[in-house]
Amino acid sequence: MLHSRTLLIVGSSVLCLTLALTPASAQKRYDEGASDIEIKIGNTNPYSGNASAYGQIGRTIEAYFKLVNDQGGINGRKITFITYDDGYSPPKTVEMVRKLVEEDKVLLVFQTLGTPSNTAIHKYMNQKRVPHLFVATGASKWGNPKEFPWTMGWQPDYATEGLIYAKHILADVRDPKIAVLMQNDDYGKDYFNGFKQGLGKEADKIRQVATYEVTDPTVDSQMIQLKNSGANVFFNITTPKFAAQAIKKAAEIGWKPVHYLNNVSISVGSVLKPAGLDASQGIITAGYLKDATDPQWNDSPDMIVWNKFMDKYLPQGDKSSSYYIYGYAAAATLVQVLKQCADDLTRANIMKQAANLNEVEIPVLLPGIKISTGPTDFYPIQSVQLQRFEGEKWKLFGGVISNER
Amino acid sequence: MAMTTSVDGRPTRMRWVLIFGRQAWLWVALVLLGLLPIIGGATGLISDYGFLQLSLMIVYSIAVLGLSLLTGFNGQISLGHGAFFAVGAYTAAILIDHWSWPYWATLPMAACTCFIVGYLFGLPALRLEGHYLALATFALAIAVPQILKYKHLEALTGGVQGLNITKPSAPLGLPFSSDQWMFWVALVVAVAMFWLARNLLNSRSGRALTAIRDDAMAASTMGINVARYKTVIFGISALYTGVAGALHAIIFEFVAPDSFRFDLSINLLVGMVVGGMASLPGAVVGGIFVQTIEKYADAVARSISGQLQLPIDIEPWTVYGVALIGLVYLMPTGIAGGLARLWAMLTRRSAGKTCSS
Repeated sequence: MLHSRTLLIVGSSVLCLTLALTPASAQKRYDEGASDIEIKIGNTNPYSGNASAYGQIGRTIEAYFKLVNDQGGINGRKITFITYDDGYSPPKTVEMVRKLVEEDKVLLVFQTLGTPSNTAIHKYMNQKRVPHLFVATGASKWGNPKEFPWTMGWQPDYATEGLIYAKHILADVRDPKIAVLMQNDDYGKDYFNGFKQGLGKEADKIRQVATYEVTDPTVDSQMIQLKNSGANVFFNITTPKFAAQAIKKAAEIGWKPVHYLNNVSISVGSVLKPAGLDASQGIITAGYLKDATDPQWNDSPDMIVWNKFMDKYLPQGDKSSSYYIYGYAAAATLVQVLKQCADDLTRANIMKQAANLNEVEIPVLLPGIKISTGPTDFYPIQSVQLQRFEGEKWKLFGGVISNER
Repeated sequence: MAMTTSVDGRPTRMRWVLIFGRQAWLWVALVLLGLLPIIGGATGLISDYGFLQLSLMIVYSIAVLGLSLLTGFNGQISLGHGAFFAVGAYTAAILIDHWSWPYWATLPMAACTCFIVGYLFGLPALRLEGHYLALATFALAIAVPQILKYKHLEALTGGVQGLNITKPSAPLGLPFSSDQWMFWVALVVAVAMFWLARNLLNSRSGRALTAIRDDAMAASTMGINVARYKTVIFGISALYTGVAGALHAIIFEFVAPDSFRFDLSINLLVGMVVGGMASLPGAVVGGIFVQTIEKYADAVARSISGQLQLPIDIEPWTVYGVALIGLVYLMPTGIAGGLARLWAMLTRRSAGKTCSS
């Protein structure tokens, strides 16, 4: 008797447990790096070396996740953000990302910075099937879901941006003779190829192309060479430190071309101020983010929130640097994806939700620019607006130019 | 303590201690290292990333040994061994990437290529002594990354972006990850290379090499062909570093000109001096130093500025520099030499005590 009663009790409790557990396990699904209380996110940024100005992006993302955690996290889970210095050196990135995936066991890798660095880990991330999300580079190769379903870009791609400048030059400058300064890697080549494509038959307008290595100390000699080519248009494809040097040198040697500067170096605080605001007048670029120094955004709700965020979480940060805006918007995009994932925090679902953003409005993007992705569209932002540097700030002109694929 | 005496009258035991430390310790250490993938893999104590780190330490040990053969044992200063490291790495990467060679076959190929490159570089270098040789090799270290980026070589080298290769997995379906497997491969290669180096140094040729270092003129009056020894050891030294480079490429799955900037050459030299020049255990210590110091310097710098809340940021390089000055001051013969001296002092003291009591 006793025996059968025990059996009954055990049996019914097992049944109860199964009933209690089944719906729960159907709801909550996790891969490595996620749990009921935590989401682990990995990142590399150049906090040291020639490209260290970009390090502000990593710091902003870190601060933004702190803000999210202070507000209760995402669906009750706190974000653990692990970020390492890679000094913009691809071998270092490889090592650090392997550490993030294999030792720190992060759920996903987010906003790793630099075209050469991301190229070095592109294959690895896709072999390991770890989401490689919203990389901080605009090379066009990040939007290739067929071959690399685990990698997605974020910002407008370089080729499109180069194409837009080329069209603007042809429409706006009389008898253009073009000089180009570019970083000698995939990032530089991507811009340059888009630019050439935009010029089309007029590609012979390019008088002189000079390149530099990211490890070079200066670009002074390249600038002199470009000036001597007699060009009246200058397309400046450089990362922040070199952009500042190029702007400064052009002013010093008295070269005054129509100056097009690539979007990656439009930070007023990190590039134009060090180069000299006088030397920066009239520079044209394409933007997709609000400029914190521009008074027209003073009353926009998202910038008010951003200003409060900066005061509380990054009090030492220079608000005139666009990288604080960039990191903020990128982090907000990831938080949107993670919210959409709800309780299914598997790597596959993260990629699915990242490719399922429909006209999402992210704070601090220019009005009219929204984020859209789809299973075959791995290019989140595809609109820009041209702007010219006047006085101490960027002034927008023309309308939003879109290139939705 | 019974000591066997060799023909030339020197106690062989002493020589063992000088060259390789105490043999028993060595065997125990090697067996433990060999078992690591089994132990570490089963208990999960060592991640794949951990094995990557260990493998890289072994790789740099071989590279430092190569430099030590040239600088430590033969007295020729090289600031350009990063270049040979790069040549070895690219040889392996290109053979695997373009011609799908099996990874193990690239090692002898990298060895041959680097021996030839090193030997040829050694020929003109013969006319250069001391600082001038250092400068010439330095130029090599600066030139190689630029040559790798050269436009017309891009199809072969992959230009600035470098080459991605796939790491070999364990053969015969053995239940080990590719990182664990490559750790074994690196260990076996390293043991073979160190054994060969020890035999070379213990031979007639080895004595000739050190004789040239100590006094080239005296050596040549003894009938040693100084020029030939100098060029051949340049080749052998490049061979060692090249094999290390090839292993690095296979283990790291990636080569780019940026991996072989001239700081690599300097790091190898610093590793050799810190580990202990003209010493095989010193090369091992040096290899570990090369792989770990930057990370520790970074971590220490962070924890110092974090804990003391200093108003200024401490750069990792500051920590590195202070550590370097401290080490050279406290252990002028390198870590290996310093430890050996400490050991000798301790044993002498205890031996003295037993005598007096």
